[in-house]
Amino acid sequence: MQVHKVGVRFGGIVALDDVSFDVAPNCIVGLIGPNGAGKTTLFNCLSRLYQCDCGDIVFGGRSLLRVPRHRIAALGIGRTFQNLALFGTMTVLDNVLVGHHSRMRSGFLSNALRLPRVGRDESAATDKAQALIEFLGLKAVAGTRVSDLPIGTQKRVELARALASDPTLLLLDEPASGLNHEEVGVLGAVIRDIRERLGVTILLVEHHMNLVMSISDLVVALDFGRKIAEGTPDEVRAHPEVIQAYLGSAH
Amino acid sequence: MTRRATIGVVVLVAIACVLPFVVSNYRTFQLTLVLVYAIALLGLNILTGYNGQISLGHGAFYAIGAYSAAVLMDRFGAPYWATLPAAGAVCLVAGFLFGLPALRLEGLYLALATFALGVSMPQLLKYHHLEKWTGGVQGIVIAKPEPPAFLGEAGLRMNSDQWLYFFALAVAALMFVLGWNLLRGRVGRALIAIRDQHIAAEAMGINSALYKSLAFGVSAMYTGIAGALGAIAVQYVAPDSFTIFLSLVFLVGIVVGGLASISGALYGALFIQFVPNVADEISKAAPWAIFGLFLIGFVYLMPAGVAGAVRTLLVRFTRKGAK
Ligand SMILES: Nc1ncnc2c1ncn2[C@@H]1O[C@H](COP(=O)(O)OP(=O)(O)O)[C@@H](O)[C@H]1O
Ligand SMILES: [Mg+2]
Repeated sequence: MQVHKVGVRFGGIVALDDVSFDVAPNCIVGLIGPNGAGKTTLFNCLSRLYQCDCGDIVFGGRSLLRVPRHRIAALGIGRTFQNLALFGTMTVLDNVLVGHHSRMRSGFLSNALRLPRVGRDESAATDKAQALIEFLGLKAVAGTRVSDLPIGTQKRVELARALASDPTLLLLDEPASGLNHEEVGVLGAVIRDIRERLGVTILLVEHHMNLVMSISDLVVALDFGRKIAEGTPDEVRAHPEVIQAYLGSAH
Repeated sequence: MTRRATIGVVVLVAIACVLPFVVSNYRTFQLTLVLVYAIALLGLNILTGYNGQISLGHGAFYAIGAYSAAVLMDRFGAPYWATLPAAGAVCLVAGFLFGLPALRLEGLYLALATFALGVSMPQLLKYHHLEKWTGGVQGIVIAKPEPPAFLGEAGLRMNSDQWLYFFALAVAALMFVLGWNLLRGRVGRALIAIRDQHIAAEAMGINSALYKSLAFGVSAMYTGIAGALGAIAVQYVAPDSFTIFLSLVFLVGIVVGGLASISGALYGALFIQFVPNVADEISKAAPWAIFGLFLIGFVYLMPAGVAGAVRTLLVRFTRKGAK
């Protein structure tokens, strides 16, 4: 995937300014920057929730800028949301099944008639969802309404739901926020596992520096919508503008 | 379906088959209307309960269905049973087309747009250029369907009220099975996902515009089929049978019965058919005040509708049984 000179503004605010970087297949790329740097905005451009004002985003050799929102999942881009966007009244299993929506084919008529292929499609999807639920340690709560679960668990449900679309690129927006120390450790292992076992490329927005720096192959730093650094975790950590941005925003 | 649900449905169908032989013809007619309303409410529930699009104008689709049936029978000599699919098709298209511009409207604004539809329908039906078909203010009187000859030959004797009841029961059973299928798989999940979190739903690959307008179409189709069946049962259509009050009563029905619940449509239908009668018996002077009291009582005691209360009771009952 290539992000090429992307710019987004909201009225007078420049949320992204000429941002470019590449994400190589099967890598974990960390995206860091103080609050308001434009990280979520970039994710929203990738999933077509926001329209870029300029620049281009190319995924699998094809520009995303004309693709309708609901096609993004089928192209292989999955995501989680910074402020959880689960289907609150549905069970964990159903949430994960909705994640699989783009890989299923049946429509209104075939569902109403419950054609044999619908039944097969449903049971295959359920098996797959159940496997993901197990992978993320959610088996005990599979039948629970998600809004009754603690935040940490909900975050894992979002991850399972995102994985259910068989993404080749996974966008994780602050997956560690709200998790305790132990949960963050588990999350790091899970993210690595997703890359290794499922062969998924990951773009990770995170404030938890230990996590980002320990699992990323490449780190991109944003500040006020501009890219200020890009490189290995060590290079970025030592970059003067990055140090400046974080010290500056600490006050 | 769980085993308990299967048993429940079998018992319900058995009771439904016996009822018209033990109650009066008038009660049988009322029960036919319960089935009619149940279909209409299931339609509205698909839209409002499952998909989260509020409609204050579903009476309009009920009216379109009723008039489709009446006009087809009266002007074109169509057999009564053939008018149901026709009314369904007309309302499917009408609902889908209404749903397209409604995509831009959310919540209360959609409520207003559908209210506008509901409130204008009686006047549209009186429109004098359409009088040739609609009969204007007078409406249309239609003949009562007689039980088919093969029933008599088979030794099953039924009067026309009973026959109409069984016809409505078969239609309702079909519509409920189709609805249950529709809602228990990929499409049903997508409809609820759009209601709960439409942005995430789209990110999961759900074409929310298409699903919302199709939900509108299917919902209108259900209500239209109910309208046609209702017209056949009542043997009469007139513009003033389909005022905005009907739309509001439908909304009352799905809330009292239970939003986003299939069985709720049946409970709601029983409520809107029988509670006004009961209220009328309690006080001839102020039946709607009594109806209002019932309504407040139901909503207060069963905030998740009758279906929600039944579910809670069943859970409690099984837990006790297990101990
Ligand atoms: N929908 C929006 N409307 C107006 N301003 C927005 C919108 N989304 C983001 N912004 C602004 O864009 C900037 C970047 O925000 P965001 O991408 O959420 O930052 P980050 O995720 O890095 O904390 C902020 O100044 C924010 O206020
Ligand atoms: Mg953010």
